[in-house]
Amino acid sequence: MISAAEAKDAFPDEVVTHATTRLVSVPGLDKPVALITIDNGHDHNRPSTFGPQSLVSLNAALDEAFAAEPAAIAVTGKPFVFAVGADLSGVEQIARRDLAVQIAQTGHDVFRRLTESAIPTFAFVNGAAMGGGLELALSCHYRTLADNVAAIALPEVFLGLFPGWGGTQLLPNLVGPDAAVTVIIENALNQNKMLKPAQALELGITDELFGSADFLEQSLAWLVRVVRGEHTPARPEIDRGSGWDAAIGRAKAVVEGKTKGASPGANKAVELLELARNADLDTGYAAETEALADVLMTDTLRAGLYSFNLVNKRAKRPAGAPDRSLARKVGKVGIVGAGLMASQLALLFVRRLKVPVVLTDIDQDRIDQGVSSVHDEVGKLLSKGRISPDEANRLKALVTGSLDKADFADADFVIEAVFEELGVKRQVFAEVEQHVSAEAVLATNTSSLSVTQMAAGLRHPERVVGFHFFNPVAVLPLLEIVRGERTDDTTLATAFAVGKQLRKSCVLVKDAPAFVVNRLLTRFLGEVLATVDEGTPFDVADSALDPLGLPMSPMTLLQLVGPPVALHVAETMHEAFPDRFGVSDNLRRFVEAGKNAVWTWDEQGNQRLDPEVAELWRQDDRPSTAEQVRERALSALAEEVRIMLDEGVVAEAQDIDLCLILGAGWPFWLGGITPYLDRSGVSEKVNGKPFLAPGVASVPSA
Amino acid sequence: MAAPVNPAAPTARAGRTVAFVEGVRTPFGKAGDKGIYANTRADDLVVKVIRELLRRHPELPPERVDDVAIAATTQTGDQGLTIGRTAALLAGLPKTVPGFAIDRMCAGAMTAVTTTAGGIAFGAYDVVIAGGVEHMGRHPMGEGVDPNPRFVADKLVDESALVMGQTAENLHDRFPGITRQRTDAYAARSQERFATAVKEGNIGPDLVPVAIRTELGWDLATQDEPPRPGTTVEQLAGLKTPFRPHGRVTAGNAAGLNDGATGALLADEDTARELGLPVGMRLVGYAFAGVDPEVMGVGPVPATEKALARAGLSISDIGLFEINEAFAVQVLAFLDHFGIPEDDERVNPWGGAIACGHPLASSGVRLMTQLSRQFAQRPEVRYGMTTMCIGIGMGGTVIWENPAWEGHK
Repeated sequence: MISAAEAKDAFPDEVVTHATTRLVSVPGLDKPVALITIDNGHDHNRPSTFGPQSLVSLNAALDEAFAAEPAAIAVTGKPFVFAVGADLSGVEQIARRDLAVQIAQTGHDVFRRLTESAIPTFAFVNGAAMGGGLELALSCHYRTLADNVAAIALPEVFLGLFPGWGGTQLLPNLVGPDAAVTVIIENALNQNKMLKPAQALELGITDELFGSADFLEQSLAWLVRVVRGEHTPARPEIDRGSGWDAAIGRAKAVVEGKTKGASPGANKAVELLELARNADLDTGYAAETEALADVLMTDTLRAGLYSFNLVNKRAKRPAGAPDRSLARKVGKVGIVGAGLMASQLALLFVRRLKVPVVLTDIDQDRIDQGVSSVHDEVGKLLSKGRISPDEANRLKALVTGSLDKADFADADFVIEAVFEELGVKRQVFAEVEQHVSAEAVLATNTSSLSVTQMAAGLRHPERVVGFHFFNPVAVLPLLEIVRGERTDDTTLATAFAVGKQLRKSCVLVKDAPAFVVNRLLTRFLGEVLATVDEGTPFDVADSALDPLGLPMSPMTLLQLVGPPVALHVAETMHEAFPDRFGVSDNLRRFVEAGKNAVWTWDEQGNQRLDPEVAELWRQDDRPSTAEQVRERALSALAEEVRIMLDEGVVAEAQDIDLCLILGAGWPFWLGGITPYLDRSGVSEKVNGKPFLAPGVASVPSA
Repeated sequence: MAAPVNPAAPTARAGRTVAFVEGVRTPFGKAGDKGIYANTRADDLVVKVIRELLRRHPELPPERVDDVAIAATTQTGDQGLTIGRTAALLAGLPKTVPGFAIDRMCAGAMTAVTTTAGGIAFGAYDVVIAGGVEHMGRHPMGEGVDPNPRFVADKLVDESALVMGQTAENLHDRFPGITRQRTDAYAARSQERFATAVKEGNIGPDLVPVAIRTELGWDLATQDEPPRPGTTVEQLAGLKTPFRPHGRVTAGNAAGLNDGATGALLADEDTARELGLPVGMRLVGYAFAGVDPEVMGVGPVPATEKALARAGLSISDIGLFEINEAFAVQVLAFLDHFGIPEDDERVNPWGGAIACGHPLASSGVRLMTQLSRQFAQRPEVRYGMTTMCIGIGMGGTVIWENPAWEGHK
């Protein structure tokens, strides 16, 4: 066990979670219960976490508890929080392997005292329990859970780690291997999905659920029954044979499907779950400690932590956004266009802003269709029970359509989602400007056109801003907010305020062709298509990037974006930067032929090149290897990101990464992309320097 | 448009019998930063009580509760917001169950019972929850009050009427025969009787444990904080008289400033039988009466006379008295008036508020809860009484019948 002084040295800035032992007399027991409260002294906005000093404090509380020879030992948290695991800012600072070993070992040593105690031990999980917090609970003999706990999860694999304070060994032996795979691997890799209290009960993670109103009282009353032998919690029989095999098989399939093996943490989790089948705690914990130290010292994991911070911190305080007090209130929204995109926008605005939304288009039929499609979507939300009948009535009443843009007169925010052509959009804004007030914000959902040019010629160009959503609008969290040359701070602040209300993560982007995500994806896809044009077989080119573990292959991405859109953006980019962005003639033919995908699948699910595509795609005879394709695509990305940063498209490389994570679903272990380009040496080779300083998204130097 | 005539429409209601099913309470705490409930909200205390009542009576479908009446004297902050309704929601009762807040100073919970009992007798309710709460640490008596200046200008009441300790001194003036020695002796006996009752397991069944946050983490309140077992008259004689120089009222012969909540289930007796709810007591009658606010402690006397007269009973019919001990002098004034010895075993046999505390609006139901448990132990007693003095010059008395009475045998 480390000393208090060593713990303080290891992480001086730790927000310490103090553990205090109180001997509580409970009716029905002759001896007291040692009730340990873990509390970092802050409210629920700063949940309790464990760093070295916190573990030392918990260890001391356990000393006190055992010394009292109580009837039972129970651990609980401060209001709304049990504990949410290791303090990640402390993990980021670890620069030496021996310190990584120490943090893993200390957690095991302290938590294990509860597991191996001769006195019955209980976790009263009164609030959020994640990661090491849940492992602490799993280390106890028995658990109760409050029925209002919103966050129960082992999110480590989501971050690129694995539960390393006993989770991989305890959970499968408590709830069975299959449920453990669901929690540790499947949920974590499914956007860090949380368990609901009822699910935790069903899986066997907790023995009991109690109402939050008197959770601790009922937990103590239940403890009395267990200690007195009046109640024995049921535990499932664990299948250590074929059941365990099947669970591990499922784990491997999920990891392969979600990460392509690119995340060391996920791979280790599978290995450790396999080990837990027969290993005793000594063996299992030693393996966890070693594996944790290994993974903690990888740049891949550090990129995961960097990504987590981008999404949870930087996304909430967008770099370069003006003072939010400048924002104007938005009490009514106008949407020009009533097509699919416009309807999606209308639904989003009305659900989040709950203000009147008026759709307009060039003829009444389209408008009627647009409004009715929003009303249908509201009806679906109602039938799924996501909104109440009253709420559905409210939302439907708020969405109307009008042929006459005069109905926008009192709108504070008008967004256009019309055909992607500059002339059309300029005309729309000019018309709208005749009706709206001088302050109303005019936003464009263009994916590649110049916001500055769109504003030119207006009486009030300072109120035009780009508001670029990603498809599907309801799902993808990114919103690129584009500042035109003349966009003023009030307009921008209003745009950020609206974006926040829409629950989107907003990134400020300069008015540059295709902004961030589309520009990089287009460049990337362009390079891969070029290698195919040159003669690389489709399958070689399309699987060349697999080692990165991207959410989809380039050809699948092309299919998802829609070949006509991809072609349109490629042409726009080619116009702007002909040296770097080519337009594949094959892609043109592919679009003209009305094709959507290059692959077809037979009944067995085998992927095959569509013969029609093979026919129309004319290839040269200069094929590349997969290695060459990958290097070319990554080099292109490194070059393009560097240029974008030099152009000032965004404030920092961090914003590029945030955009790729949230707008393209690029994985945490790549850190978006720049940490990966740095650690794989591509940045150095292409640009002569890395994007990020050492330690930002990599292991800091010792 | 005239309403259609319903030939079967009732024109009058016959009264129904009101049963006191069971009462519970939180342990009582000392008000203030060091008290057990320093970090606990008043509404949460009520929630624990309601949930305990429902837990003890799984035979009662929660949706059958027709109303929740919760009293508090200071109805602001965590005692505000229509506390009967909000506490019902917080306790997890169905949203279809309504609730309201009620205030009659110290007799809040008592009035919650009598008011809802009236509704049961009338046929408007089958089952109700009635109770009270006072967190005097968070809401000291008189918090935010704004007395009308006419009280003083028009000489409606003396200024001392709003300070309960001064009204107790005034009561000593009115009854010179009640001396400091007598009140101290009474107080010592209350402490002793309460301590014995705790030891014999008579108090524990009333209590619902409450988890409390302390500087050393969570703790569980399982017993009352105010009692001082072993208190002697000699110790009491040495206490200061804060309300008057050389006065008679001390912290020892009065109830303290306390935090706590109580609640009870009441039901129409037939409904209780239908649902399988036990009947702890039957309501016989009740009355409230006003007196000079300067001597509010005399209130139980006229209230009791009125209640007895309405019920057609006399004081000699009452076999058990639970009288609230706001001040020993006020209990003695009552006993002297009715000619009852001050150490009579029928009066507060398990001690009273001088020992266990008096969180104002909650106390009425504590008296009833204890009386109902005494009834169960004393089948020879037919009638019992709960009575209390009330700030601003009132008294309240409720007469109960013991369903365990074996007199007919």
